[in-house]
Parts: sequence; structure tokens; C-alpha cells
Amino acid sequence: MAKTDVELAVPVRRDPWITRDKVVHLLQTKGLLIAFALFLVAFSLASDRFASVDNISTVLRQVAIVGTIAVGVTIVVIGGNLDLSVGSLLSFSTVLVVDLHDKIGPGPAILIMFAAALAVGCVNGLLVGFARLNSLIVTLGMLSAIQGLTLIYSGGQNVDIADQEGTWFAFFGRDFLLGVAVPTWIFLGLAVILHVVLTRTTFGRKVFAVGGNPTAAAFSGVRRARVVFSTYLISAFCTACAAVILGSRVMGSQNNVGQGYELVVLAGVILGGTSLLGGSGSIPKTVVGVLILGFIQNGLLLLGYPYYAQWLVTWVVIILAVWLDVASKRGRLFTTTS
Amino acid sequence: MTKSPLRHLSRIPPIWMILIACVAFFSVFADSFFAIGNFTNILIQTSTIGLIALGMTVVMINGNIDLSVGAVVALAASLAVGLQADLGIVPAVLVGLGAGVALGFLNGMVVWKTGVDAFIVTLGAMMGVRGLVFLYTGEQSFFSMNFAYADFGMSSIAGVPTLAWVFLALTVIMHVVMTRTTHGRNAYAVGGNREAAENAGIRVGRHMVANFMLVGFFAALAGITLSTQMGASTPNLGTNYELWVITAVVLGGTKLTGGVGTILGTLGGVLTIGVLRNGMNLMQVPAFYVLVVMGAILIAVLLVDARVNRRVAGEVKL
Repeated sequence: MAKTDVELAVPVRRDPWITRDKVVHLLQTKGLLIAFALFLVAFSLASDRFASVDNISTVLRQVAIVGTIAVGVTIVVIGGNLDLSVGSLLSFSTVLVVDLHDKIGPGPAILIMFAAALAVGCVNGLLVGFARLNSLIVTLGMLSAIQGLTLIYSGGQNVDIADQEGTWFAFFGRDFLLGVAVPTWIFLGLAVILHVVLTRTTFGRKVFAVGGNPTAAAFSGVRRARVVFSTYLISAFCTACAAVILGSRVMGSQNNVGQGYELVVLAGVILGGTSLLGGSGSIPKTVVGVLILGFIQNGLLLLGYPYYAQWLVTWVVIILAVWLDVASKRGRLFTTTS
Repeated sequence: MTKSPLRHLSRIPPIWMILIACVAFFSVFADSFFAIGNFTNILIQTSTIGLIALGMTVVMINGNIDLSVGAVVALAASLAVGLQADLGIVPAVLVGLGAGVALGFLNGMVVWKTGVDAFIVTLGAMMGVRGLVFLYTGEQSFFSMNFAYADFGMSSIAGVPTLAWVFLALTVIMHVVMTRTTHGRNAYAVGGNREAAENAGIRVGRHMVANFMLVGFFAALAGITLSTQMGASTPNLGTNYELWVITAVVLGGTKLTGGVGTILGTLGGVLTIGVLRNGMNLMQVPAFYVLVVMGAILIAVLLVDARVNRRVAGEVKL
């Protein structure tokens, strides 16, 4: 009863925009999913191949590499930082694992590659976490440095695996388990595990705390440096997993294979609705964001548009998605700045 | 009001010390580094990144960023080379420059009106504009059939290449704009404290749009000067330039948070990158190592800067 009284005490707003507010609110909370659903329906109507099981599993497999990295980067972003080094790290890890495969065997190659990737994550984590440097610039520097390391390691040569049929390394990129591609399993598996870590563990809470309000987190006894350090380790781990998928699928690698991935990954994360300011976001959102990117690409190709048309659509979609989010928090569509 | 010359010295951006050290190092260890011919070479090599960096400095002083400059480089170059057979050189170049300014206007308007972070807006534009380039060019390279175009890229005035003159002249102009005009002062005000700037009557939105148009213009100009050097354009032109430009600007002392930065610092950052690439090249160090050294210097500058300038107030150290 008391609750009703309070509600009655609030004066009725005679705001002409009230209906728009409601729409905006609905769009804010479920906007991305609504858009995604409409989008899928539209494409299904336009192309009879789009909604087939075959096509959907193809898309899931195609987005696995970007998705696997994006899952890790989401955690870094929720912690209030950026990781632009993942593209270079993907190149480096893929070249390393493919090159070592023929020299010391797949098992040791994967182990060494994971160790190297985690070492890079450590450097990022030390510089951003413990030295408290700006994450954008640090990982920008690392992007360049790791790209250089990759070229030094390979001497500028492309690497490949000689025996592509006989190695069990092919499992990660080329095989299917229960009818679903292994890359998809790795992507979704990591997403589920890290979602649980983020939502059900103290560590997850600390990541949100550090990203949302570092000062409050510090006063609550959260050690920011350690949390940030761990987020970069996770991001590097996910990138290493993506490198296994990529190396196994291609059975070879160019030195710049991961170039530009950092920004595509970030596009997926942003599209999902994770704020670059930190403190909010989730892994399922990122999965949706990455899937939208994947389905845009796939759908436009099926409809016969040129390959690069997807980038134009992505441009519009990213800005619209974030604009909706920002506008609903602001309560109006446009800023009032003069 | 007397100003001692020493006081003036202390305002020289610290990157110039690194630059002087690099020049000294390579003068001793790299044959044929210390020569007028090589210095003009460095100026031409850096002018592309340098031109974009001039515009980027202003945008970053504003507290914004533009990731789409690399794609604009390709678009302007493709338009200028692709259209000159039909339109003639000058109109084609103007169309290229106009496209850069228009995209800058678009970016600026979206940032202003929607309030979406410039990083996201221009990240989207980076992909979209690159897509436009590939659609426009049909994934083909264009070649200039008129030799006057490539001749311009090779020409020199008073012994110094024309492109170097263009870069130096625009650097001086931008330096004057940032230090002597209302627009320059407003740029620092908006970046330093946006709310205060708004309350002081600065039309923040229009101001930011103007700066995005400026960086769009510089990116387009850089694309055109680059294509005059080759007499051609490729749709992949300018890939990763945004990262190089931001590196140069940050090396020059501009803060990502806005409100701090100088054109002189940016010039120092751009030249440092140029000298490092050129010097290491002359010492026959493989190009790969330049990337590692660049990354290391960027992070080192940040570390030193943090040690010197860390503001303890308001931060809790844990």
C-alpha cells in the first residue's frame, strides 16, 4: 500500500515526448535483440538459404576467431581498459604455433605458444595495471612491437605445416564434434566459462568494480593492479586460443594475418553494448555483437552485394547501436551542446 | 614584461631532446645520414604522417580522436587519381580534398549531435570509408596517366622538395593557429574542461566539427601528396596510418584526455619517427626492428611522463 502512495505523490508528467521515452526505454533494454531479430527475419525472407542450418553453422564457424578474442577483450573493457594488441598477438601466436609445429610437434608447439602469448599479456598487465599507464597507448605500442617481433621471428617469410592431413593439430580448426565445428565449440565454451567467471565469482565482481569506479573499488579493498593484470592475461589466453583455431584451419600463416583484428573485435564488443568507459557490459552481449557482424557479412553476401558493402553497413550499425544506448541514458535523442 | 630566453627553452617539448639524441647517434654511426639530401628525404618521408598529425593534434587536444584518417587517405588518393582522366588534375584533387572535409564534417556532426564517443564514431567510419574505397575502386589500383601529377610530387623549390615545403608551411600555419588565435585557445579550453568552456560561451559542438573537418582535410591532403609521389593510388593506401599518427602525436606530448599538446611537440614526434626509420634503414637494420623500437619508445615516453607528471591528487594508490 505504501508503495502506491509514493507513486501517487509523483506528479503526472505532461511531457509530450513520454511515448518516445517509453519506446526509447524498450529499445534501450532490448533494442539490440529486437534489431537483431528483425534483421534475421528480413534476411530470411530475402534469401532462402539464409535461415538454413548449414548457413547458420557456417556463420558460427566464421565468427569463431573474432568471437574468441572478443570474449577476452570484453573482460579487459569491462575493467576500464582497451587492448589493441590482440591483432598483432594473433599474428605472432599463429606464426609461432605453425612454425614450431613441424619443428617440435604440435603438443609442445601449442604449449610454448600459450606461454609466449601469456608473457605478452603479462607485459600489458604490468604496464597498465601496476605502472598505471594509459591502456590505449600501451597496447598501441605493443601492437607495433609484437608485429615487429613476428617479422623478426619469421624473417618475413610465410610459414606452413608440411603434413596437413596427418596431424591431430587439424582437429581445432577443421573437425566437427556432434555436428558442430570445433572452432564454434571453443568460442562458445570460452564464452560460457568466462561468463560464469564474470557473473558468479568474486573476481568477476572486482572487474566490474574496478572498471566502474576505481576509487570506490580501491577503498573497498580491491587491488586494481592485480585485477587489471588478470584481465590482460585472460585476453592474451583467448587470443592464443584463437591462434590455435586460425593456425589449424589455414595450416599456415602470414606475418600480418591478424592485422586489423583488434578493431573488428572492438566493433563486436561495442556493438554488443559493452561501454568503453568500463564497469558495464557482459559476455553474452559481446557474443550477440559478434554474431550480428557475422550475419551482416553473410546475409549481404548471400543477397549478392559486394564483399565490402558489409563494412558500410557495419559503420551505420555500430553508430546507431551506441547512439541508442547513449540517447536512452540521456533521455533525449540529440545533445544540447551548442 | 620581460621574458628570459631560458624560460622559453623550458617550453621546448621533451621529444626534441630524444630527436636530437637520435640525430646525434645516427650522425656518428650511420654513414651518409648527416647530409642535406638525406634530411630532405626524411622530410618527404614523414610529410604524409606529419600532415595528418597536424590535424590529429588539434582533434586530440579537443579530447577527441579520429581513427578514420587512414581510410580517408585512401579515399582522397583514389578520387584524385581516378577522376583526373575525366575532370583534369586540379578538379580531381579538389574533389579528393572535398571528400576528406565532408567525411570530417560527417564525423564531427555525429560526435556533436549524438554524443557518441569519437573513438566509436571514427572506428565505425574507419571501416565504412575503407569499404567505400574498395567499392569505388573495384579493388583496383589507379595510375595517373598525366605525368604532370607525378612530376609535382618529385619537384622541388630552392633545392627543397615541394612536398616538404607544403608540410613545413602548414606546420607553421597550424602552430600560429594554435598559439595566436581564438580557435587555438578554444581548442585547449574545450579539451581541458568542456563544461567550463561551454559556460564561457564557446560553441563547443561547432568548434569540434571544425576540427574534424580540419583533420579530414589534412588526411585527404596527405593521401594526395602520397599519390603524387607514386603517380598512383591503391585501395590499401593508408592502412594503419591512424596508429602511426596517434603514436607520433602522443610522442609529441599530447594527452589523450585532452587539453594538452602542441604542434611543435607533434613535429618533434613525427620527425623522431622519421629519423628512426631512416637512420636504422641506413644502418641496414631490418625494417622489422623499427616496429619494435617504435613500440618500446612509445611506452618508454609514457613511463617517463608518468614518473615526472603523475598527479597524485584524487588517485588512490593500491
